[in-house]
Amino acid sequence: MRAQADDGLPAGPAAGEQTREVTLRVNGVGHRLRLPVRRLLSDALRHDLERTGTHVGCEHGVCGACTVLLEGRPVRSCLILAVSVDGQDITTVEGLAAPDGGLHPVQQAFRERHGLQCGFCTPGFLLTTVAFLRETPQPSEEQAREAISGNLCRCTGYQNILASVLRAAELSAGREEQA
Amino acid sequence: MSGGRITALKPAPFGYSAPASLAEALAVLAEVGEHAKVLAGGQSLLPLLSMRLAAPRHLVDINRVPGLDRVEIVDGSVRVGALVRHTDLERHEGAAAAQPLLRQALRLVGHPTIRNRGTCVGSIAHADPAAELPGVLVVLGGRVEASTAWGSRQVPAAEFFLSPLETALRPGELATSVSFPVAGPRTGTAFVELSRRRGDYALVGVAAVVELAPDTSISSARVGLVSVGPTPLLVDLSEVLVGRPGGARELAAAAALALEHAEPEADIHASAQYRARLVEVLTTRALAQALANASHEEAA
Amino acid sequence: MSTAMFGAPVRRHEDARLLTGAGRYLDDLGHRALAAAFVRSPHAHARVSDIDVTAAAEVDGVVAIFTYEDLTGRMAEPLPLLIPHPALHAPRTAYPLARGEVNHVGEPVVMVVARDRYLAEDAAARVVVSYDPLPAVVGLPAARSARHAVHPDVPDNVAAHLVQAVGEVDTAIAAAPHVLELDLEIERSASTPLEGKGVYARWNSDEGSLRVYTSTQASTSVRAAVAAKLGLPLVKVDCIAPDVGGGFGVKIVHPWPEEVLVAWAAQRLAALAPEGIKWTEDRWEHFVSSAHERGQLQHVRVGFDSDGRLLGLDVTIWHDNGAYTPYGIIVPIITSTQLLGPYKPGAYRCEFFSLYTNTVIVTPYRGAGRPQGVFAMERTMDAIADHLGLDRAEVRAVNFIAAEEMPYDQGLIFQDGRPLIYDSGDFAATLDKLKALVGWSDFQAYREQARAAGRRVGIGLACYVEGTGVGPYEGGHVQVETSGKVMVATGLTSQGQGHQTVLAQIVADELGVDFDDVEVTTGDTRRFGYAVGTFASRAAVMSGNAVALAARKVRQKALRIAGEALEADPSDLEIVSGVVRVKGAPASAIPLSTVAVLSNPLRYAFDEAAKAATQFAVGDTSKPPVAEDDEPGLEARDFYSPTQSTFANGMHAVIVETDPDTAEVRVLRYCVVHDCGPLINPMIVEGQVHGGVAQGVAGALYERMVYDDAGQLLNASFMDFLMPYASEIPTVEIDHLETPSPLNPLGIKGAGEAGVIPGSAVIASAIEDAEGFVIRRMPISPSELFELRASYAAGRVPGLRRTSGERTDPRTRPGHSPDNDSPDNDSPDKET
Ligand SMILES: Cc1cc2nc3c(=O)[nH]c(=O)nc-3n(C[C@H](O)[C@H](O)[C@H](O)COP(=O)(O)OP(=O)(O)OC[C@H]3O[C@@H](n4cnc5c(N)ncnc54)[C@H](O)[C@@H]3O)c2cc1C
Ligand code: FES
Ligand code: FES
Repeated sequence: MRAQADDGLPAGPAAGEQTREVTLRVNGVGHRLRLPVRRLLSDALRHDLERTGTHVGCEHGVCGACTVLLEGRPVRSCLILAVSVDGQDITTVEGLAAPDGGLHPVQQAFRERHGLQCGFCTPGFLLTTVAFLRETPQPSEEQAREAISGNLCRCTGYQNILASVLRAAELSAGREEQA
Repeated sequence: MSGGRITALKPAPFGYSAPASLAEALAVLAEVGEHAKVLAGGQSLLPLLSMRLAAPRHLVDINRVPGLDRVEIVDGSVRVGALVRHTDLERHEGAAAAQPLLRQALRLVGHPTIRNRGTCVGSIAHADPAAELPGVLVVLGGRVEASTAWGSRQVPAAEFFLSPLETALRPGELATSVSFPVAGPRTGTAFVELSRRRGDYALVGVAAVVELAPDTSISSARVGLVSVGPTPLLVDLSEVLVGRPGGARELAAAAALALEHAEPEADIHASAQYRARLVEVLTTRALAQALANASHEEAA
Repeated sequence: MSTAMFGAPVRRHEDARLLTGAGRYLDDLGHRALAAAFVRSPHAHARVSDIDVTAAAEVDGVVAIFTYEDLTGRMAEPLPLLIPHPALHAPRTAYPLARGEVNHVGEPVVMVVARDRYLAEDAAARVVVSYDPLPAVVGLPAARSARHAVHPDVPDNVAAHLVQAVGEVDTAIAAAPHVLELDLEIERSASTPLEGKGVYARWNSDEGSLRVYTSTQASTSVRAAVAAKLGLPLVKVDCIAPDVGGGFGVKIVHPWPEEVLVAWAAQRLAALAPEGIKWTEDRWEHFVSSAHERGQLQHVRVGFDSDGRLLGLDVTIWHDNGAYTPYGIIVPIITSTQLLGPYKPGAYRCEFFSLYTNTVIVTPYRGAGRPQGVFAMERTMDAIADHLGLDRAEVRAVNFIAAEEMPYDQGLIFQDGRPLIYDSGDFAATLDKLKALVGWSDFQAYREQARAAGRRVGIGLACYVEGTGVGPYEGGHVQVETSGKVMVATGLTSQGQGHQTVLAQIVADELGVDFDDVEVTTGDTRRFGYAVGTFASRAAVMSGNAVALAARKVRQKALRIAGEALEADPSDLEIVSGVVRVKGAPASAIPLSTVAVLSNPLRYAFDEAAKAATQFAVGDTSKPPVAEDDEPGLEARDFYSPTQSTFANGMHAVIVETDPDTAEVRVLRYCVVHDCGPLINPMIVEGQVHGGVAQGVAGALYERMVYDDAGQLLNASFMDFLMPYASEIPTVEIDHLETPSPLNPLGIKGAGEAGVIPGSAVIASAIEDAEGFVIRRMPISPSELFELRASYAAGRVPGLRRTSGERTDPRTRPGHSPDNDSPDNDSPDKET
């Protein structure tokens, strides 16, 4: 074993590694921080900002668990460098519910239709669905299936996720009418 | 992505610059040259970095360079800037009208979430032999604009793709745009592929372009084949199709000709024989669809 | 039992947190912990000749680097053999870090601890390990040939050999009018939860205690294993399974090398790592260093009569157990016993060889050996039906155990070491439901219609019986707090099955409280120290019954105390919505919260409720405040320990379409009839079935582990391991049968694994039906189906009799006519 005492233990960039000061705007709040340039956005959200709602299931772009909205569009946060999105608007699952804690219609629908089991894939599906329904408020089943077909779930077999997406469309429509 | 040995899922350290103008980007590239990689959408580069299958010394992030996100229809081409995301081009009505093959192919690139970030030029610069857009560029005879601090050059599609993940771009060159010729009159196109899961790279993909003469016989036909060679392959099928209506037997002959040019190989997902069969089946299907689209054009 | 909550599709308690990003999975903890990363073997088989960490140690932020040489005490010993078995005569387990030899790609060799994961990976990349490669044994043929050995002291590569038999199988087959032989093959797949493994350990120097968080299916046992390895008293170790992002079997294995290493390093480096050490498995690591399952070769010899009735069944299995056997031989034992399904086999003999290969270890993945067994049995049923020209459903029906024959003793020893006795089930009724659901009898018409349109379709079915709820026990603790909240704890863990909801439903009913007042904790040894774990579809049965029993005890106590307070006979009391009241006189009532106060005579009045309970406020001064046989508090714990497993069953049918040109296979309909006894929460049970079916379809058509001859896993990423998306998974149609188990108070049977079990069997059955030639190997890709078509056309693959009546099997003896119904025993129709 080789052990070396280290005085600067709190997580931070290694000496010699390039860092950069950036603003991460997450759910409407700006966070100014200095990050190693190689930090993945998923890691910056999870470990630097400690917003752990964004999950990582593969870190190579296939599973979609890490999906966040970047300027309103779903993207894989594991395939983006944090320093690349300085100043841009990021929405994570923590930003979906209303400030009073009221669930977003998409969250509500997933609860009603049992669209989650272990919940690990869920944030990615929620954000994908939120963006999808904004553009396609009244989707057909086929459209809904296609919309969620870039996200992996190992638990649900997707059937109830699909039902949740369709239910979310209904709930959102209901809210519009009420508003 | 298969083949190399993954050892991690966090990138190794690298230097990074995020130029705020094209001039600055080209200047940085000139300086760091060989050891640099351009970072566009990152949808191919980031997995390679994280798996430590690529470890460039420096990344030049072009995402802040203004003016590269334009789609223009000029000089008979759809010109697509280096920061145009797949989604942007897919949704661009003007581009879809001018060259329908673009949207037909873009819908098959990965998943919507990938397309929201990945760039069209990046797809081409990456030169994956299974990717759709390189096949489109080749079958349409488009070109790539390659720029350095000292000027730019146009590289024709036929000279652009050298081998898997290798292009005619020189160290320090930035692909600033790609141009896809617009479709002529009485032209039909189609992109047909087979992938194991939706969004996966194709086991075989076929981009077809068919032009009709005023008498509705075929005046030219060609296909771009992907995933059956080290680069996308262009096959001119005119010799078996020109002057003909495109019946089943003719399409079969065309498919056989396409197969003669293909170099299908086995991998963990498909045998070489199966790929060969797919070249025939998908070429037939793509030509039939392109023909139908051309007739539709003609009727419209 | 029929009460308010049991049986209702109640919305889950878990969801509020999981939907808002407030769940806490392993890697969500310990933000200030140091990170561990591992240098893993790039070779399938090699001697480690040298390890040079000099360059790695120079990486800024590196805190420590460990090799085998650094391990002390019991850490330097091999990892435990969790489930020994007399037939496992040559068990081998790995060392936490390789000791001089590596036996599969991915085996951990060096552990690096650094300030964060990026730096740890940087350092790991700079460790120089010198290897002398040895010949790799990859795949069952190589293992069987024993040209090379995985472990030098096991020259034939055989880890275990077991024969179980009932009756005289050779005699029975010799006397049978018809005999068939089949060679069957199933390839490897894996659980592949979306969250990989992970462990986070923190040493508390003040207390001399260790806290371990791990993404596990068995926290009590990880605790015991870590305590043993580190030489700590059990009470000084806590182990907590936080939210777990799926398990499906792989997280039942323990202790993983990383679990003990991270815990050990956390203690050893306590001064440098006050916030502990964390390792989060990445996806690549999950592929090459966790566990796989399913890989088996199976040879079936079956004798049957002209109705298709089994007379003798002789099965030989070669099971690929990978490089080590830490989890024993559970998988092949389950295959060899559960293969029988709902059938009476006549005489039965099953022999298996469990073989070492230089690949990742093999441990149970949802279904745990059953999918292979069902594949063997159901392929055999289809072969018999085709041989005799009978309907496939009818052949199954003549072999069913009748409902009146329950309990039915199969005469074998099951995975729990106890006799294999089915407790319940009505298989004929299940089959009837399935035929109705899928439209079995109308299929010929549909096939003709499709054929006319140039389409190729086929139908298949498969049946299974699943031993669930295996022992030895689970426990539950139920406590009513003075706020009226009911805190429930059980030791086993949750990975998405909704235990916090299901157990709350049970307790709410048993106790008479509101569902929302019940809060359930699982997998936290601080709350409940005794448990076995979540596997074998046992959680609902075991912990469900345990918490029910504990709740009944609490109820008794509450009624007694309330009876004293209300001066009523406890038998005249009821509990409704958390209030104990006199039946028929609801005004005479006392809330459970008050009963909880009364249950604990206090000296100090720290709040309003406590004031009411001080020793000065209550009680008969002639009696001790706590009676001799009593305890303070309104709480109880109890255990449920059954004598044997309970047996759920089900049958699946699918309709597939195969593309004549591209050989793509599309599942058009997937129908399930499922009997897991009374449903506690139908919404959750159906969710389990959906998820299981998706894994079954995945295992049949998409997923496999592709090793090259050198033992490199060629598809160790989600790019190439084709876990299906929504676009690939069919809609599942479900019907239930609810035959209660006589074995437990709630009558329930397990449901967790069912959906996956018949996947490969049922899809093979349907593809065979569509294509007209035999399918003996799964999974199957379009490319493979294409190749099979070519082989069939070339006469190298036998056709089905029913679709190619004129075509004889190329291997049947000359002169044999498929139409000839005469006994053909002397020369079995050997199929491949
Ligand atoms: C899950 C998944 C599925 C996918 N499926 C498909 C698919 O089916 N079909 C498909 O075609 N692609 C697929 N992709 C890849 C995706 O299309 C990539 O976005 C694209 O190939 C690269 O574009 P990019 O902008 O992301 O490039 P980057 O990843 O940023 O760069 C890729 C390479 O091109 C170079 N480069 C990029 N832009 C320039 C430029 N302007 N000048 C010079 N060099 C440049 C980079 O240096 C790098 O070497 C998939 C990706 C993922 C993660
Ligand atoms: S973690 Fe980003 S796609 Fe899987
Ligand atoms: S709910 Fe577990 S992965 Fe989707």
